[in-house]
Amino acid sequence: MNAVGFPLLSLLTFLPLAGAAIIMSVRGDDAVVARNARWTALWTSLIVFLLSLTLWVKFDQSSAAFQFEEKLAWLPEFGVGYHMGVDGISVLFVLLSTALTPLCILASWEAIETRVREYMVAFLILETMMVGMFAALDFIVFYVFFEAVLIPMFLIIGVWGGPRRVYAAFKFFLYTLLGSVLMLLAILYIWYNTGTTDIPALFQERIPPAAQTWIFFAFLASFAVKVPMWPVHTWLPDAHVEAPTAGSVILAGVLLKMGAYGFLRFTLPLLPEASATFAPLIFVLSVVAVVYTSLVALAQEDMKKLIAYSSVAHMGIVTIGIFTFNQQGLSGALFTMLAHGVVSGALFLCVGVLYDRVHSREILRYGGVASIMPAYALVFMLFTMASIGLPGLANFVGEFLVIVGAWRVNPWVAFGAALGMILGAAYMLWLYRRVSFGKVTRADLRALLDLSPREYAVFAPLILLTLWMGVYPQSFLSFFEASVAALVQRHEAALGAARLAGM
Amino acid sequence: MTWILALPELVLAISGLIILAAGVIPKRDTFFPVSMACVGALLLTAVLVLGQSEGTALGGHYVADAFSSFMKLLAVSAAAVGILLSLDYNEKEGLARFEFPVLMLLATLGMMVMISANDLLSLYLGLELLSLPLYVIAAFNRDSGRSAEAGLKYFVLGALASGLLLYGSSLVYGFAGTTNFDRLGEAFGDPAGVSPGVIVGIVFIITGLAFKVSAVPFHMWTPDVYEGAPTPVTAFFASAPKVAAIALLVRVLVGPFGDLVGQWSQVIELVSLGSMILGAFAAIGQRNLKRLMAYSSIGHVGYALMGLAVGSDIGLRGLLVYMAIYVFMNLGTFAVLVAMRRQGRAVEGVDDLAGLGRTDPVTAMWMAVFMFSMAGIPPLAGFFGKLYVFLAAVQSGFWVLAVVGVLTSVVSAYYYLRIVKVMYFDAPVGGLDRAPASLSMVMAGTGLFTLLFALWPAPMLAAAQTAAAALLG
Repeated sequence: MNAVGFPLLSLLTFLPLAGAAIIMSVRGDDAVVARNARWTALWTSLIVFLLSLTLWVKFDQSSAAFQFEEKLAWLPEFGVGYHMGVDGISVLFVLLSTALTPLCILASWEAIETRVREYMVAFLILETMMVGMFAALDFIVFYVFFEAVLIPMFLIIGVWGGPRRVYAAFKFFLYTLLGSVLMLLAILYIWYNTGTTDIPALFQERIPPAAQTWIFFAFLASFAVKVPMWPVHTWLPDAHVEAPTAGSVILAGVLLKMGAYGFLRFTLPLLPEASATFAPLIFVLSVVAVVYTSLVALAQEDMKKLIAYSSVAHMGIVTIGIFTFNQQGLSGALFTMLAHGVVSGALFLCVGVLYDRVHSREILRYGGVASIMPAYALVFMLFTMASIGLPGLANFVGEFLVIVGAWRVNPWVAFGAALGMILGAAYMLWLYRRVSFGKVTRADLRALLDLSPREYAVFAPLILLTLWMGVYPQSFLSFFEASVAALVQRHEAALGAARLAGM
Repeated sequence: MTWILALPELVLAISGLIILAAGVIPKRDTFFPVSMACVGALLLTAVLVLGQSEGTALGGHYVADAFSSFMKLLAVSAAAVGILLSLDYNEKEGLARFEFPVLMLLATLGMMVMISANDLLSLYLGLELLSLPLYVIAAFNRDSGRSAEAGLKYFVLGALASGLLLYGSSLVYGFAGTTNFDRLGEAFGDPAGVSPGVIVGIVFIITGLAFKVSAVPFHMWTPDVYEGAPTPVTAFFASAPKVAAIALLVRVLVGPFGDLVGQWSQVIELVSLGSMILGAFAAIGQRNLKRLMAYSSIGHVGYALMGLAVGSDIGLRGLLVYMAIYVFMNLGTFAVLVAMRRQGRAVEGVDDLAGLGRTDPVTAMWMAVFMFSMAGIPPLAGFFGKLYVFLAAVQSGFWVLAVVGVLTSVVSAYYYLRIVKVMYFDAPVGGLDRAPASLSMVMAGTGLFTLLFALWPAPMLAAAQTAAAALLG
């Protein structure tokens, strides 16, 4: 049994489904059902979040081993079991998922008016899939959650999205599915060659280098689409623009991390030689992503699209960090993932605040918002600065570490990442200037109300987190130090063994 | 006393005759009681199949083993659900004649004979016993031109297929001097000494059976017949007879011709590839749900045959699991299709489902479950069906099959998603009528199976494993 004496991770994973079942069973007229759905969803996700804080408290930071493990026979004769557990790499993403879900539900409180019940059910199912994916310690179980995320997200984009929602939903679904099925074949290959899909057991196996290449590309097909890496990122701007605000938050905050998490959990430990061989390829793709999407972001007229492209650039920095294979780079990548989850989620919420009031995401539609909504402008500025990587705010620590790590591998890669930060400052500041400053040119903007108490409640935790991560990053870094060190050590040992074998 | 082994078939045959006689006598309408009696007879048969011992009987023409039990249970339950699906539809369409369920029952008897066939002759007998009632019920709506056309088309092409099968059988008989599967297996024990004529015979037999499972390139009748036949009949066509024909194909190829796997594996591989590709691409443009499901069923047969092409026990296990899952989600989908009525008139266009998510959330939810499952999205049952056949293909190094399989499943996801899109994203165009209780029951039952299969897959896998092992001996 695990540290808390009850199956905590399974509870975190499946409790939202219980909430969804309650919401579905409510009968009555639309208003009653909608109110009930909102409150049930909020309470369910809050309870899940409070429970998940146990992970924060009880997690043993000094150990690189999997903790809170649970094991159940599922398909015993095939070596597939229901195996859950977290280590330093995954634990904070479980927390990120459980923390963002209640905020998203709160952010959708008034923005979603039609089919509230279905919306809340979809969100709770989505939470189940996200938490389950980060907690899964069996490759097949992981794959099930990884893919199942598509179903609720498809519906969220397609039902409650903008004018081109159908196109965006299909593109999102089919792009991601195409990548994933190739990974499935690689999983099947690993499964029958090693006789197990248990992740800790797979870490002990050695996959022959010739096979590693193919598996690497199969994994890449799946994870690169999810991250998303250039040039398979084109689904992301569409999905972001069309998704409702909360959908964008989850998409940017958690779903993009699934690809990077896949690299960390599977590609690096299982395929050390192939990872080392193809690291330059990843660097090139990432640097292109960072520079190219930053330039594209500069040209955007739509706020959500701009932030979507900035996400691609930030995730490029993450993939650079992952493939440096050193402590700084990997820690930086993990930290950037967390920080980006909080900050870009918050930026989408900021856009959502304006969109709820004006129903336009066009940058030129705004101007002078700072004089009308001062509190909002302050919040928006904080997250803009964080996204740029201002020291003292969340993103800085991670991006700095990645650049340091990349410098040790190749200064040019570090240069590319740094260039991305500079361009990032350009497009974010320009966005902020055009929205917040200048004269109020449109009369209808004058009537805008500043943040409501509900919106304060949504932003307050995110502001706190951003400051905390920027001022005292150690309380987050310490979670993944041991696991990252073990990962680096295993990687080097595997490469060393391969070199010995080659001699 | 070996005939006692064939007790399930005997009971089913006798009860079919009794029900037929009993249906004639009363003057009033006996559709409903006769249907219920037929379902009862099928359930009784299922119980008998469960208790059946193993062995051969009737002079070696009949075999009972774990494989036959698995497939018979599947076929019998699919047939029983098929009868349930027809209850309401036939009443409303004026097809409520007592012969209908009896014909389905007799077709089921044919399936059971096919599944237990251990001789080319009993194989043919079973196949014809299955086909004749099917020709009739395809044309059951005799006042409809489409239905009559479907019946005729099915009859002509089916007869051609039977002819090919018989020709193949006679070639095999000519070279081996026997029609018994066990002795055929002995005669063809050494692949090197087998005459090319036998291979030609096997190809003819495969051709005949490929017609019945509607695999490419012998699929042409499927869309027309599926579209023209009354919807419950289509539901029946797409489930139970498919199980039986696949079972027969597996038994013939793995049994007597098992040692010639190198010869027929390529043929099946091509058939499987063609079916998957055609099923994925041809369905994209379809606007009629029944035609769409016809192409979808061609695709699904392709995935199932992947397991046979691999030829290993893992492959057969995958095939069995795939068929079992396919039958249930397919029946569920057809339950939705049968229930589609607007102001009393049956409709079958994809666009008729528009806005179903708002007008009838429960039906829409089940339909979405079936569509995602057919597309192979976890955690629904359809994913696990695909998982096991892909595993077998990867394991035996059939990379072309595996890669084409996953890619076509992405392509086919498009048209399954389109149905979800129409139901949830589009505005309603006048609600559909409320689904009758019998159909809601079928939807809920098959839907729960599809949804919750992931929780407890072990029993089905174990049963499929035993069945596959029994076949490979």
